[in-house]
Amino acid sequence: MEQIFFFYFAFVIAATSVLVVAMRNPVYSALALLIMFFHVAGLYVTLHAEFLAAVQIIVYAGAILVLYLFVVMLLNLKQDDRYHRQWPMAAAVGVTLFVEAIILTVMKGWTAPLAATGTETTIGEAGNTEAIGDVLYSTYLFPFEVASLILLVAMIGAIVLAKKDLGEPTES
Amino acid sequence: MTELSLRLAVSLAQIAAVMGIVMLTVMILTLAERKVLGWMQDRMGPMEVGPYGILQPIADGLKLFFKEDIVPAGANKAMFTLAPILAMVPAMIGFAVIPFGPNVTVDVFGITIKPFVISDINIGVLYILAFASIGAYGIILGGWSSNSKYSLLGGLRSAAQVISYELNVGLAIVGVLLLSGSLSLVTITQAQAGGFWHWFIWGARPDGFFPIHTQIFAFVVFVISAVAETNRVPFDLPEAESELVAGFFTEYSGMRFAFFFIAEYANMVLVSCVAASLFLGGWNAPYPGTILGYAGLEQLAWIENVAWFTLKVYMFLFLFFWLRATLPRLRYDQLMRFGWKVMLPIALANIVVTAITAYFFPR
Repeated sequence: MEQIFFFYFAFVIAATSVLVVAMRNPVYSALALLIMFFHVAGLYVTLHAEFLAAVQIIVYAGAILVLYLFVVMLLNLKQDDRYHRQWPMAAAVGVTLFVEAIILTVMKGWTAPLAATGTETTIGEAGNTEAIGDVLYSTYLFPFEVASLILLVAMIGAIVLAKKDLGEPTES
Repeated sequence: MTELSLRLAVSLAQIAAVMGIVMLTVMILTLAERKVLGWMQDRMGPMEVGPYGILQPIADGLKLFFKEDIVPAGANKAMFTLAPILAMVPAMIGFAVIPFGPNVTVDVFGITIKPFVISDINIGVLYILAFASIGAYGIILGGWSSNSKYSLLGGLRSAAQVISYELNVGLAIVGVLLLSGSLSLVTITQAQAGGFWHWFIWGARPDGFFPIHTQIFAFVVFVISAVAETNRVPFDLPEAESELVAGFFTEYSGMRFAFFFIAEYANMVLVSCVAASLFLGGWNAPYPGTILGYAGLEQLAWIENVAWFTLKVYMFLFLFFWLRATLPRLRYDQLMRFGWKVMLPIALANIVVTAITAYFFPR
C-alpha cells in the first residue's frame, strides 16, 4: 500500500517538475509547480511527517508561489524570452547530477544507512511537531540561529533594494 | 479489507453530512445577510418569494443554475474553469478538522469513530492555514484568465491582501497554541472546558479565575484579519464595485459565479468556526458542564454542546453582516499600512507577552 502511494507521488513529482521547465506559458509552469508542492507534501504525510507537510504547503504553495504568480502576471513575459543562453550551464549541472544519482544508486548496496536520531516509535509517542521542536531547540540550536540570521540579512537586503527613495545618508 | 471499506463509508457519510450542513448554512446566510442589511437600513429585505422571502435562496440558486454560461473572448478557457474550483475546494476542505461537538467516540460495527469531527489530525490548525492560503489561487487565476483589466487588478489586489493578512492570522493563533500545547482543534477546545473564564479569550488557568493568559488582543487581530482574508467589507478591495466593476469575478456568470459566491460564504463560516474553537471555547458551554448533564441526561448533552457551537458561529456571522452595514471601505494604502504596521506588531507583542506569562505561570 505504501509502495503504491510512494510511486504515485514520485511519478507525479517527476512529471510536474519536468512540466515546470517545459511549459511555454509561465502561468502553467507555476500551476505545475503547485501540483508538485502538493505531492511533496503527500510524500511527507506517508513518512508520518505531518508538520513538514503542512509547512510545505503554507510556505511554498501559500506564500512563495503566490508571489511568483504575482510577478509572472505583472511582467507578462514574452514566451521566447525565458531561455536565454543557459543551455550549456544547465546541461553541465544536469549531467553532473544525473551521474551522481546513478553512482549513488549503484553504491547503495555498500554503504550503511545513516543513523537516525529519533526512531519512529519515539517520534510517534511525543508527536511529530513536538519532536521537531525538541530537536530544533536543543541539538540543532546553533544551525537554527544561523539560519534565522541569514534570513534577517536577506530581509534587510530586500528592503534596501526595494526602497528606492532611501535618501542619501547625511555626511557628518 | 472490509474494515477499510467500512471506515471509508463512515468517513464519506460524515463528509456528506458536513457538506450538507455547510451548504445549508450558506443558503441561510445569503438570505440572512440581505434581511439583516435590510433591517439595519430600515428596509424589509426580500419579501416576494415565500412568506417573508424565506424561499429566496432557492430562487437565487435556480436562477444561477439556468443562467447562460459565458466565457469571454480571449479568456483562457481551462484556467477560467479551474479558478472557481480552486476557490471552492479549499473553502470546503477546511471543515474536515473542525470539532462541531464533544469529543466522544461511538462504536459502529466494531470500529471506533468520532461523530463530531471528520478527522482529528494532530496538525489541525496548520491544515486549515495551509488550505486557506491555497484559496488565493482561485482569485488570482480567475482575475488573470478573464482577460479583463478589472479582473486582473482585482486578482492582484486580492493576492497582496491575502498574503499580508494570512500572516496576521497565523501569528494571532500562536498565543493559543502556546497555551494549549497542541495543534489539534479537538485538544485546543477541550483545554477550554469548565466555564467561560477558561476560554482562551480570557485565559484563566484551569484552577483559577484570574484571566492571566488573556488572548483578547490576539482575538481582535484574528477577527479583523479573518474579515480581510475572506475579502468582506470593509476589506473588500478585490471586488470594490465603485472602482473595479466587480473585481476578479467581473466576467463570471452562471454556475461559475455561484462557485465563487459559495466559496466566499463557506470561508466566512470556516473562519467563524475556527474563531469559535480557538478563542471562545468551541462547543463548551459558558458554564461548567452542561445543564442536560446535570439533569441526568448525559447521553443528550451533545445537543447542548452543538447548540452552543452553532450559537457562537452565528454570532460571528452576524458580526460580518454588521460590519458590512456599518463600515465604509478602506483605501488600499490604508489597508496595507493597517495590516503591516498595526496588526503585525500587536500580534508579535502578544506572542512575546503570552510566552513570558506562560513560562512563569504555566497552565
